[in-house]
Amino acid sequence: MILSLASASLLRHRTRTALAILGVGISAAMLLDMVMLSSGMRESFKGLLLEQGFQFRIAPKGTLPFDTEATIRDGDSIVALLRTRPEIDVVSPVLGGQLHMQAPRGTVASSALGIMPEFQGDYELVSGRHPTATSEMVANDALLLATGLTIGDTLRAGAGYDPQLRALSGERTLRIVGRARFIYMAAEQKGAALPIAALRDMQGRDAEKPVSIAMIRTKPGIDVAQESAALQALLPHVTVISTAEALQQVDERMSYFRQLAVILGAVSLVVGFLLVTTLVTVSVNERIGEIAVMRAIGVHRWRVIAQIVAEAAAMMLAATPLGLALGLVTARYLNSILANFPGLPERIDFFLFQPRAAWTALGMLAVSGVLAAVYPSWRCASLPIATTLRQEAVG
Amino acid sequence: MSVLVEVRDLVRHYPMGEARVAALKGVSFDVEDGEYVAIVGPSGCGKSTLLNLIGVIDRPTAGTVSIGGERVDRLPDARATEFRLRRIGFVFQRFYLMQALTARENIELPLSEAGVKGAERRDRARALLEYVGLGPRESHRPSQLSGGEQQRVAIARALANAPRLLLADEPTGELDARTGAEMIALFERLNADGTTIVVVTHDEDLAAAARRVIHMRDGSIINDERAR
Repeated sequence: MILSLASASLLRHRTRTALAILGVGISAAMLLDMVMLSSGMRESFKGLLLEQGFQFRIAPKGTLPFDTEATIRDGDSIVALLRTRPEIDVVSPVLGGQLHMQAPRGTVASSALGIMPEFQGDYELVSGRHPTATSEMVANDALLLATGLTIGDTLRAGAGYDPQLRALSGERTLRIVGRARFIYMAAEQKGAALPIAALRDMQGRDAEKPVSIAMIRTKPGIDVAQESAALQALLPHVTVISTAEALQQVDERMSYFRQLAVILGAVSLVVGFLLVTTLVTVSVNERIGEIAVMRAIGVHRWRVIAQIVAEAAAMMLAATPLGLALGLVTARYLNSILANFPGLPERIDFFLFQPRAAWTALGMLAVSGVLAAVYPSWRCASLPIATTLRQEAVG
Repeated sequence: MSVLVEVRDLVRHYPMGEARVAALKGVSFDVEDGEYVAIVGPSGCGKSTLLNLIGVIDRPTAGTVSIGGERVDRLPDARATEFRLRRIGFVFQRFYLMQALTARENIELPLSEAGVKGAERRDRARALLEYVGLGPRESHRPSQLSGGEQQRVAIARALANAPRLLLADEPTGELDARTGAEMIALFERLNADGTTIVVVTHDEDLAAAARRVIHMRDGSIINDERAR
């Protein structure tokens, strides 16, 4: 009976109720987007780091992976040492650099990764095969497009390029044997990978045996935090970064994003709250006489309050699917804009849909719906029955 | 006959700005079980205030009200609500039916509140509609009923939980003469069937139908006459 009255009250002014639900839906969409934004990038980055199953990165002391051009000297010894540890399953050393290529369309510069093909975790092979010989390389679509080359073609490439002399240094002939998609590179970034020995040789650093980072995967059941500490103690001249530590660094760098998301999310929550409070208060004021009569004929105060709360909750509930759909559509659109942000890995999402985020947003919405009923409910609960009826009779 | 309503030295002041207006100035009287009492007097004499205090929807500044031997003038809200639900029926000048509910559902509202379940609730509501002569109109909403029909539904709603006491505040105030006469007949039938009725009215015909008329002026009873 009380629910019938609540729904009838909402249906009494259909247009007004529909507009309020639309408004709450929009603020719910924004709330969902902000909740997705506040955690999305972090979770997306975490997924990216863990995609190939590597739990640690070893970088030059005091740096983050590929944060600078610094390298670790005698990387092969470190890799060899790490491979002796029973806790460690895979070590994948990577050397970063540049490749300058003479292509039919001119000289093209590209990011280059020196890898060990059998252990690498930096790219996924789309077609062709891994570069197993020092005269082979794989390239991504951006590089293939820029050079106009394809699998099976050969090219002259150097680790350096003198623009005045228009001459390559550390020159070598490489054959493209595969088409790859680089996990950590930006969508528009041109990229190539070749055996680490080849890149070292081209850079003239073969004796130095440098690595930019080494990615490490432990065996199943190994305590990652404990192993991280053990590795750091074993290798004090490098920085051992676990995924959790990398995420912490990302958190620090992205804190302004989260703050922005929290503020905008709070604003949208308050807007939704005020909309519902206003509508329910107006509705209560319109039928204050009816409510006084309900109380006079013996309807308990808490049942009247239940009716008001049900009205507010119904509006929030009705707005929820609308907000969810609208939030996902706008998140997708905004994500496509932000995905073009220069230098960001292709697979990073700003707005990552997670059931937990959706539940959080919906939970906050439900709570604010109940809170929105507090003022109008209080008004009903404190209604002086006789005075109200007298005023209604006079009015 | 036993006393159903006992009013003693009832005073009710209302704040009006910084002043206090005395709506009731020490009113005392009894209503016996099965009586039909009309309270009459000019506007502002305090008769509706008196009815509200008997109906436990207001609290007196001083004095006591007892119904069926139970003091009701200081009941906490929850008990007062429960008392109204089960022991008192209210009829208002403006009917005050829930516009969103049908005639039957309006009668079911206090039944539902009293915990009467589904089929029994519907049957009782239908029986009450039959009693007030609106059996075929059970599915009509208030906006589809005439003023007289709405007041009949309101009376049926007031009788839903079989109260011993029916309070009516200007029940014919919004009705034409013919419908008012029908209402008077209905009240007489109700009283004949054992319901104690206290009605506040300006309607001379309605007052004449009562077996006892209490005249009020300026917050006091100036005359209390019983029909011979």
